[in-house]
Amino acid sequence: MQLSMIKDLLNAEVLCNEDMLCMETFSAFASDLMSDVLALSCKETILITGLTNIQTIRTAEMLDIKCIIFVRNKKPDNNVIQFAKEKGICLLATSYTMFTTCGILYCNGIKGADMC
Amino acid sequence: MLMEELLSVKYDVISGDFIRGGEASSNLKKLLNQLGIRSDVVKRICVACYEAEMNIVIHSVGGYIQAKIYNDRIEIIAYDNGPGIPDIELAMQEGYSTASEIAREMGFGGGMGLPNIKRSSDEFYITSEVGKYTKLKIIIYFD
Ligand SMILES: Nc1ncnc2c1ncn2[C@@H]1O[C@H](COP(=O)(O)OP(=O)(O)OP(=O)(O)O)[C@@H](O)[C@H]1O
Ligand SMILES: [Mg+2]
Repeated sequence: MQLSMIKDLLNAEVLCNEDMLCMETFSAFASDLMSDVLALSCKETILITGLTNIQTIRTAEMLDIKCIIFVRNKKPDNNVIQFAKEKGICLLATSYTMFTTCGILYCNGIKGADMC
Repeated sequence: MLMEELLSVKYDVISGDFIRGGEASSNLKKLLNQLGIRSDVVKRICVACYEAEMNIVIHSVGGYIQAKIYNDRIEIIAYDNGPGIPDIELAMQEGYSTASEIAREMGFGGGMGLPNIKRSSDEFYITSEVGKYTKLKIIIYFD
């Protein structure tokens, strides 16, 4: 599924790197614990989280995660957004909760990152 | 086969610096990509390095990350000047953590870092002396 479709499904706002919306993704991982995210060995995934600090971006950078979806109206500071922009990570923000965000994406065919 | 050291880099890691924490691993990632190392191997190296770097930021008074790149492998030393780890066996257990509230707010403190470093590396050595230092040695082969 293209990120643009995810954006539409979640009524999400694009915080940076809008030009990446044509990127395809098949799996996602949801967590507020970077410890858990770092233990992932999945090839290609996107991250759903409520954690908006700079280390979320760092974690994504290390794991080659190209898109982060912030849930429940949480938005990072401008300097964090700028940092993600430089790192080539697309940031989306939705008002849905983490559970609902996951449910919508799962119903539309996105698999859990543990299954890829 | 040549086993010479091709390249060596060293980065200081500052205690409690959550803004710059991760920069050493990020720089290393850039370097490895430039050298054309396979991306899945780069990811393994960077996850191990980042976990080690953040442990220095979170748990220590500060230290450094040194990476030596050879033809066939990378050797990473993560060294800090204390406070050391009293019980390494306990620290290696998944879920064990003494991370501060600030570190937890940043998404750390799951007690997964050291086991993850071990899993990500081909060879892993940890030594520590209370009041003095903690030293990790991580070796990862390029194929
Ligand atoms: N460099 C270090 N200096 C002192 N103590 C350390 C160091 N690294 C790890 N420890 C101790 O070992 C424990 C386990 O470390 P580990 O990296 O596995 O988990 P964590 O850092 O607490 O959480 P996570 O890595 O999941 O964010 C730490 O909570 C800390 O008590
Ligand atoms: Mg850790």
